[in-house]
Amino acid sequence: MTPTVTHFPHLHDTRLVEVRNVRHLYGKAGGANLLVLEDVDLTLCDNEIVGLLGRSGSGKSTLLRSIAGLIQPTSGEIEFPKRAGEAPTTVSMVFQSFALFPWLTVQENVEVGLEAKRVKPDERRRRALAAIDLIGLDGFENAYPKELSGGMRQRVGLARALVVDPSILLMDEPFSALDVLTAETLRTDLLDLWSEGRMPIKSILMVTHNIEEAVLMCDRILVFSSNPGRVVSTIKVDLPQPRNRLDPAFRALVESIYVQMTQPGQAQGGRQNEGLFPGTGISMVLPRVSTNTLAGLMEAVSAAPYEGKADLPVLAKELQYEADELFSIAETLQLLRLAELEGGDLRLTPTARRYVEADVDARKSLFAQQLLTHVPLAGHIRRVLDERASHKAPAGRFRDELEDSMSPDYADQTLKAVTNWARYAEAFAYDEGADLFTLDDPN
Amino acid sequence: MVFLSGDPKAARPLARFLRVGTAPSWADLIAFLLLAAAAILIVRGADDMGQSLAVLHATPVTLDPARLPEYALRTTLRMFLALGVSLIFTFTVATLAAKSRKAALIIVPALDILQSVPVLGFLTFTVTFFMGLFPGRQLGVECAAIFAIFTSQAWNMAFSFYQSLRSIPSDLDEVSRQFRFSPWRRFVRLELPFATPSLVWNVMMSMSGGWFFVVASEAITVGDTTVTLPGIGSWLSLAIARQDMKAVAIGVGAMAVVIVLYDQLVFRPIVAWADKFRFEQTASGERPGSWLYDLVRRTRWLRALSTPLTWPAMAMTAIDWPAAPKLSFAPLTPPAWMTKALDILWIMLVIGLGLAGAWVLWDYLSAHLVFADLVTAFGLGLATLLRVVVLIALATLIWVPIGMWIGLRPAWAERLQPIAQFLAAFPANVMFPFAVAGIVAFHLSPNIWLSPLMVLGTQWYILFNVIAGASAIPGDLKEAAGIFGIRGWQWWRQVGIPGIFPYYVTGALTASGGSWNASIVAEAVTWGDKHLEAAGLGAFIAKATAAGDYARVALGVAVMSIFVIAFNRALWRPMYRFAERRLRLA
Repeated sequence: MTPTVTHFPHLHDTRLVEVRNVRHLYGKAGGANLLVLEDVDLTLCDNEIVGLLGRSGSGKSTLLRSIAGLIQPTSGEIEFPKRAGEAPTTVSMVFQSFALFPWLTVQENVEVGLEAKRVKPDERRRRALAAIDLIGLDGFENAYPKELSGGMRQRVGLARALVVDPSILLMDEPFSALDVLTAETLRTDLLDLWSEGRMPIKSILMVTHNIEEAVLMCDRILVFSSNPGRVVSTIKVDLPQPRNRLDPAFRALVESIYVQMTQPGQAQGGRQNEGLFPGTGISMVLPRVSTNTLAGLMEAVSAAPYEGKADLPVLAKELQYEADELFSIAETLQLLRLAELEGGDLRLTPTARRYVEADVDARKSLFAQQLLTHVPLAGHIRRVLDERASHKAPAGRFRDELEDSMSPDYADQTLKAVTNWARYAEAFAYDEGADLFTLDDPN
Repeated sequence: MVFLSGDPKAARPLARFLRVGTAPSWADLIAFLLLAAAAILIVRGADDMGQSLAVLHATPVTLDPARLPEYALRTTLRMFLALGVSLIFTFTVATLAAKSRKAALIIVPALDILQSVPVLGFLTFTVTFFMGLFPGRQLGVECAAIFAIFTSQAWNMAFSFYQSLRSIPSDLDEVSRQFRFSPWRRFVRLELPFATPSLVWNVMMSMSGGWFFVVASEAITVGDTTVTLPGIGSWLSLAIARQDMKAVAIGVGAMAVVIVLYDQLVFRPIVAWADKFRFEQTASGERPGSWLYDLVRRTRWLRALSTPLTWPAMAMTAIDWPAAPKLSFAPLTPPAWMTKALDILWIMLVIGLGLAGAWVLWDYLSAHLVFADLVTAFGLGLATLLRVVVLIALATLIWVPIGMWIGLRPAWAERLQPIAQFLAAFPANVMFPFAVAGIVAFHLSPNIWLSPLMVLGTQWYILFNVIAGASAIPGDLKEAAGIFGIRGWQWWRQVGIPGIFPYYVTGALTASGGSWNASIVAEAVTWGDKHLEAAGLGAFIAKATAAGDYARVALGVAVMSIFVIAFNRALWRPMYRFAERRLRLA
């Protein structure tokens, strides 16, 4: 079934986009496919900021790009309802990496979308200057992106997206490449413009993995699970703007979203996932988390004041991690059965407590045991090495196996993650020059 | 081989350079006059080129210094015409390769081979072809000369452009798709700017290579036809024939002046300007300087004068082709099996054509040659291979320590780096007469003493790349080496050699490719009536060319291509990979 874009006339319709049953698969035809998005529905209406909140790899960016027309989902419908007496709905996008043309000045960057729409130079200039003025970039018209700070660059990205008068502003993690203070300033400025109605847009759809950001900005939050990408819940945020992060109601909402996000699949009524990471068995996509980080988190949670059990939002704040980063680490611990995640809490297992107490060699052997038992890919590589007389196996073979079910980037990341864990655990060795796994003990 | 753009730097506003307020009307007038004059000069030059060969015979090239500026001008004009052709080739062929997977299947390996085969050997065929195309006209020979230069310039440019197109950052790609850029707007706003720094660098390298060919291709003898086009190359060949050492020296001097002038007046400003297209989000390091570029940007009337230069750029962005009718239906996606079947069909077609080509080649060669010729050619190829290997090894032993010494001393590197680059651009073949005179005077063995001529021009690639590599060794690594007392061989093994290795491989690969090419002119040289020859594949090709023996030229070129490609695949490619993977200082 091919996705179609249809237009239906409706009277007094406030719907801007209607997303129905969108599914997207990644993978080679015929091979095992990685399901990125499964049966996603979404309706975006006038005058609302909607947040797509989820872990990296939960398909929320894929959904945003499908709405932007950059990706054709494998199946499902994305409809822009035709509204009586109004121009067709248009979208424009702000990128995480800003995506500015380094060889164009601020003004030329802002004009680029108008130029593509064949707007006359005079009008182009007038509208670009107005957008630059609106977004607080006056005086920077002739600057090049590389002369600007990150915050200023993202302002250019915003001005460029707004100048074409879109009905919907799509934002893909717009503030995650900025430092904390800059990001906060930009969020506040954007919310001010929005509440004062000074932007020509009707609605904002933003992707984020930052829970507080979503609660701070959005009227509605769609929480995505990540294996596969699915909307697990929709949260209406009724707190009045401007919102205060220290407000108890605000904190309670953040805490409850934390709880939801650490229970993947639970909200879906019985559809339990096999693992926390996308994919199953040896084709599970693993994050590159350093063993130092794992050890550090176990030590931190084991020590006072947590004594083996910590609340994730508190931990994230204390350790200065983004929720998303902390989730990766915590879930790697869970995969290794070194911790359990429940109700927004991280609890160390007895194995983890022993690990923390142990010396270097004992830690390594403990880790090796957990790795080979609970990470299917590590166990698989080790078994292949054990079976072969030479105790050697080309890494390319496993990479190919992985690429059957995931993108080459993910395959590379997964194999590197396992290699690093196995090296630390001395479970098996890897020779980079020959691209070979071996059982050789360097000693 | 494709060069990654050399010196890293920050950007400078083109826009300011482009739009200098509103230029006063007198500037427009002057600009108009200049453009008109340039047009007339080009028309006259083309007119001269269009004259019949009889005129060329009536007014032969003379060794009159008064005519040298004209000769220099015509040689330079040929260079830039060839460059124009190369750019057109680059934009069409490389774009096609980047946009069509099927086209890339043929174009990419073809470019890879073409940039490593000895193009000098093709001269015979192209001269005959173009003279046949314009019988009795000078234009035919001019075209052949320009084509010869083109064949030395185009491939690495096309390759670099192709690689740039393939590595367009995905976020910028998404922006241009999201805003629905037309293909033309995508080209002028995204693809061309993104490819510019690396393309400019490759154009410079191509120009350097081109000088070598312009000298070799202006005065050419194919069988009993000898044509000398007015130019520095012809001047030199005449001076050599007359054993006029003074005239040779004057010619070499003129060449040096031309190279310095075009470098300072054309390329430095372009490199300084192109720096703004460097894809980086943060300003870094020092930027390439050009006194002329700075002067133009600072001086009001010069800026006004240079405005016309910006017109093409502005016109390019201003043009927009009428929008193609929007296709509202989803793009046709044929089922996977059909794509696969089409691919297989295409590959079979390509293989079929390849086999047909091989048969044509075999049919032609077997009719004119015997098996012994093949054995001879391979034997001579081995002799030339030995020379190349020994000479590159010698050049390495000499220039790596010197380059390292220079590169570690920034003050020296800054001064000597441009000189090394200049030497690499200088066509070494103009220096051959001096060497030949020496060999004749001292009765030395040509088999040994002609060999160094092969690396005379190419060794500088090793030097300037090593200097660049040594200057790029990070300060903290040098400090760490100092603190731990790493010295002598250990320093070379663990700091020096790994630091310069990627750069050295680039330099040595270029040098060895250039040396193979140079062997065609270096293994058989003439000084007046004295003819010296070394046993080798280069001399084999040169002799066959002079005798108009097409079959042997084809055999020689084919064998040399095989040697070069095998050498690249077996030695340089793996070293390059290794350097890329292990020794890249991130």
